Amino acid sequence: MIEEEIFHSVRLDEEKCKGCTHCIRHCPTEAIRVKEGKARIDEERCIDCGECIRICPNHAKYAQSDSLEVIKKFPCAIALPAPAFYAQFKVDISLGKILQGLLHLGFQEVFEVARGAEILAEEIDRYLKKREIVTPIISSACPAVVRLIEVRFPSLIENLLPLDSPLGVTAKLARLQAMEKGYRPEDIGVFFITPCPAKVTESKQSEGVLGHIDGAISIANIYSRLVNIVEELEESSSLPLASFRGIGWARSGGEQESLKEGEYMAVDGIHQVISVLEKIEMGELKNVVYCEAQACVGGCIGGVLAVQNPFIAKVSINHLLKKYTEFRPIRKGEMEKWRREGVFERKKAYQAKEVLKLDKDFKRALEKYQMIEKLLEKLPGLDCGACGSPTCRALAEDIVRGKAEEIDCPFMLRDQLLSLSEEIHALANRAPQTMAKKKEE
Amino acid sequence: MGEDKVLVEIEREIVGGDFQSAGDVSSELKKVLQQVGFPPSFNRRIVIAAYEAEMNVVIHAYRGVFTTQIYEDQVHIEVDDQGPGIPDLELAFQEGYSTAPPHIREMGFGAGYGLSNMKKCSDRLEIDTRVGEGTKVIMDFFLNSEE
Repeated sequence: MIEEEIFHSVRLDEEKCKGCTHCIRHCPTEAIRVKEGKARIDEERCIDCGECIRICPNHAKYAQSDSLEVIKKFPCAIALPAPAFYAQFKVDISLGKILQGLLHLGFQEVFEVARGAEILAEEIDRYLKKREIVTPIISSACPAVVRLIEVRFPSLIENLLPLDSPLGVTAKLARLQAMEKGYRPEDIGVFFITPCPAKVTESKQSEGVLGHIDGAISIANIYSRLVNIVEELEESSSLPLASFRGIGWARSGGEQESLKEGEYMAVDGIHQVISVLEKIEMGELKNVVYCEAQACVGGCIGGVLAVQNPFIAKVSINHLLKKYTEFRPIRKGEMEKWRREGVFERKKAYQAKEVLKLDKDFKRALEKYQMIEKLLEKLPGLDCGACGSPTCRALAEDIVRGKAEEIDCPFMLRDQLLSLSEEIHALANRAPQTMAKKKEE
Repeated sequence: MGEDKVLVEIEREIVGGDFQSAGDVSSELKKVLQQVGFPPSFNRRIVIAAYEAEMNVVIHAYRGVFTTQIYEDQVHIEVDDQGPGIPDLELAFQEGYSTAPPHIREMGFGAGYGLSNMKKCSDRLEIDTRVGEGTKVIMDFFLNSEE
């Protein structure tokens, strides 16, 4: 359990890291410090958004995901392609071929996350009709945003949609379907084809028997195996099951389009998400019922494990939306059954992570805050990052937390050296007593 | 509580009409409250009220000074502005009543919930206003046992 808790997909390749401090400034939770020449990620703060992967000029940051080999252990390996997966290919290649490609690579079954999203959308509609909801309800689809809220906006946990993510819902639906087909539960392996590290982490942390995800394989990995053969493949007879409603979830705005009429908003890109969350925290946007928030620019198509440029991917998605217009209705009885099975239930409750607290003890925390303010008067305020912390304030925090020293700041070091050299100079000018006497004579 | 000493004091200036920096003071206050470790629900109501007070200065006044004092179990906020003042306080407390001009309402501000929100979120609210001179908002937040 503990192992799962600290699992992070975003990793550092020590050999490639030059300790250049590019990443520390871009991390939205200030989770990275450069120590001994290498970028160290604070596991508690990291939300797996992948910003550091994007910014690193040396490609030293990477997202750990599973190899395709892992599916061989299961007689029934089910592929769960993210809607963003569809957008990687040329627009004239049909989804029937793309999904057939997954079977060609060794999966026994395919269950589209886009279809899971369509089913989840019905449940979201139902939830939003409730009277006592705290508006705006914030989507739980992006795990990086969920973790961002847990780390930086704990007071917004009550706004988070209390339903499972489309990935979680799809994993359960896929397993149920396979069991109905007669597969033994232990033979079923559920694998997500992921656009981002945050969803790798979500997969690794999946809980419960039904919702367990056995692995997450990157879109880039699957794409590279399919790109040259996909056109030659046969059209699948049964896929895709999903329509424009679910496919649209690949990009920002897709969630609200799949919901019934209402006051909705969509925000994408981690820094814009932060600024909207700040507004919500200050009491704005109460008129918005549902807020879709995605850490990557453009939504899931902007994930770091996708191949295609997100803006080009968006063109493909728009094309698919026009092509796959036939939505397969979901029967009420089915929804009831899934509800009973706990398909929409979120196994793990949202949890405020109190990593920003300066100290467990309130008085000590206040003292530390005062120490930070004093230190800030001394620090240069350049936020240069040369100390290994992202800003002067972050360094001051690290100092009071006992994780850094004043002289980690090159300017402070210089000041101390200067005063030390002045002292040495003064000392050198003072002659020893024996000689001093002589001099007087 | 009278003998409690102020543990942290923050003083910031707010410029009327500066919508680009609007919310910065409340945002900074939120970070302090989080770092000190007050419970999220307590922080939330302080931040909502602080933001309303800050926005009132930005929307209506010329300039203002925002001061916060943080005690062990209490947060005290004063926002003192030079501005038009509030001619009819009772009316201003009514939800939806607003004197903000249309171009500001178009930006999504000044919907007329400012004062009532401050009242809802704070445990004590005092408003001292003089027409043509300015307004001083004083708010206190006491840490409840359920928070």
